[in-house]
Amino acid sequence: MARAVTTQRKIINTAAAWAVGLLIFFPILWTVLTSFKTEATAIADPPVFLFFDWTFENYKVVTERSDYARFLWNSIFIAGGSTLLGILVAVPAAWSMAFVPSRRTKDILLWMLSTKMLPAVGVLYPIYLLFIKMGLLDSRLGLTLVLMLINLPIIIWMLYTYFREIPGEILEAARMDGATLRSEILFVLIPLAVPGIASTLLLNFILAWNEAFWTLNLTAAKAAPLTAFIASYSSPEGLFYAKLSAASTMAIAPILILGWFSQKQLVRGLTFGAVK
Amino acid sequence: MKQNTSLSLVSVAAILAATAVHAETTITIATVNNGDMIRMQGLTDDFTAQNPDIKLEWVTLEENVLRQRVTQDIAAKGGQFDVMTIGTYEVPIWGAQDWLVSLNDLPDEWDADDILPAIRGGLTVDGELYAAPFYGESSMVMYRTDLMEQAGLEMPEAPSWGFIKEAAAAMTDKDNGIYGICLRGKAGWGENMAFLTAMSNSFGARWFDENWRPQFDSEQWATTLNTYMDLMNNYGPPGASTNGFNENLSLFQQGKCGMWIDATVAASFVTNPTDSTVADKVGFALAADAGLGKRGNWLWAWSLAIPTGSDATEEAKKFVAWATSKEYTALVAANEGWANVPPGTRTSLYENPEYAKVPFAAMTLNSINSADPTAPTVDPVPYTGVQFVAIPEFAGIATQVGQEFSAALAGQQTVEEALAKAQILTAEEMEAAGY
Repeated sequence: MARAVTTQRKIINTAAAWAVGLLIFFPILWTVLTSFKTEATAIADPPVFLFFDWTFENYKVVTERSDYARFLWNSIFIAGGSTLLGILVAVPAAWSMAFVPSRRTKDILLWMLSTKMLPAVGVLYPIYLLFIKMGLLDSRLGLTLVLMLINLPIIIWMLYTYFREIPGEILEAARMDGATLRSEILFVLIPLAVPGIASTLLLNFILAWNEAFWTLNLTAAKAAPLTAFIASYSSPEGLFYAKLSAASTMAIAPILILGWFSQKQLVRGLTFGAVK
Repeated sequence: MKQNTSLSLVSVAAILAATAVHAETTITIATVNNGDMIRMQGLTDDFTAQNPDIKLEWVTLEENVLRQRVTQDIAAKGGQFDVMTIGTYEVPIWGAQDWLVSLNDLPDEWDADDILPAIRGGLTVDGELYAAPFYGESSMVMYRTDLMEQAGLEMPEAPSWGFIKEAAAAMTDKDNGIYGICLRGKAGWGENMAFLTAMSNSFGARWFDENWRPQFDSEQWATTLNTYMDLMNNYGPPGASTNGFNENLSLFQQGKCGMWIDATVAASFVTNPTDSTVADKVGFALAADAGLGKRGNWLWAWSLAIPTGSDATEEAKKFVAWATSKEYTALVAANEGWANVPPGTRTSLYENPEYAKVPFAAMTLNSINSADPTAPTVDPVPYTGVQFVAIPEFAGIATQVGQEFSAALAGQQTVEEALAKAQILTAEEMEAAGY
């Protein structure tokens, strides 16, 4: 039986949710506001919040100085490519772990996750040397592969969680009707798990889009994505905060818009299986 | 049919030949994000017009990210970059490792003898010039002329630490948010340790004696750190242990600092009326001394170097020669004015009467000339470098030492504790490194 919630309680909960939401969103809002200030206003003390002379000058400077479209395309290619490739590898792996688990499945799942606990810098040099040997430095393909491998444990874990919610009897019935393994996964499992796969895709796209360690270390001029675009406006000797904010806003805008339109799927995917 | 085939072959050969004639070599340039470097990117049409067969690609990164990227690439021979922007710390170390291409054969008209001797010395290893300076800097005192006047004091051209303290005390007006002195407090080998190492030279302190034994247990280091703490705790802004160049620049531009001792490159920022509220009230003086014959100023140059892994060495040399030439200086002056010319590299720039009109030109030159990377402090040392020690281990050690000093400034430990910890950790690291 659902517990009755008083109006007062609802108001308090809503206010608290808004307060937390605003607190989390504030740095992004501040970045966006700063991008419309002059450099002098950006560092004003006390800080100026809304009432200043708004200017598009920073965006003009940034677009003149940098090839934004090239950085954007690289981000889309690398984030999209690594996510799709990850899903291709993860679906069979998650199927096997969810529906035909072995004695070691749980250990394997934990072991996969443990790779995320290793600081990335620990394997930077071996991967860098490997990339030199394979001619993959500063290539979109190389970065796509690395980001796919980095996010693979999370993709498998998420898909494994969704697949476990699907009754095994349905797949069994398909097999009894003569479905091959390929047909079972493609025509039965995947359609049933579409919401879960969609949220996995979205979350991993966001993770790959925001990844800044490998994208900065393995690229130079050709494959550099938007993380490198932002880094090019940071400076410890010179106050360029307004331009840096404009570059940051341009870098996060596409993913922010994507997240805004897909928030229902994201929330559903992230909370899936959390309540039984 | 046979004639057609021959004609086709001739056509293909002609197309291939034409392609070869117009073959473009791309050189990738890794650089830092600062005003001078960005200005150069905007003026490269001049270079590409002179060299239509060379295409330029830029990788602009934040200073610390760039340092990590180029170090990693040059050590692994990744060949990602044809031209690298590196500092006076890297050049002697990388040059000695044969990681850089010698620039001794740059054309005569480039005029290597025109490079300021202090800067040239810092970029030369065993007679080989391994990098061409793009801009050079030292550090100096920037002060508010109006506050100094109100305090009834007159800043000497070459002040002592005693005068700096007197002036800081007289200018401090905490009720109105004005602090007598702003200095770097943020931990890092290029942050607080750049300032403190240069300051320690003026008190006769050394990082190491001639046998590479750390010297933080010396009286000179205690005097240095106590003077610094005294200034910052009594006359510095709150939260100074997290202040670096940018934070102090912001404070000074908003009129909250009476004095600021930092990079000479800051002069163009604090005198720029667009960004600075005190642009017309700034004076300059040499960094302070303690009467021991050495001043507390550093020496740095962002320079262009070519890694040995580059497969376009000749094209890269053409670019380096162009970007660091007298002609480039004239190009910037014609397009952006003399105040925006990259400073601190060539004698001829300081002999130019037009440049002499720039308010901070003479003080920048005097500051650079008063620093000697081969004899940075009073007593002899086994290393080169004014605000750094040109050994690969220095960056790591100095960052740890910087954290101890920053913690002392934040009040988390005493000066004695910070120095004792610095002595122990430096001794351990140096022993591990085989010194």
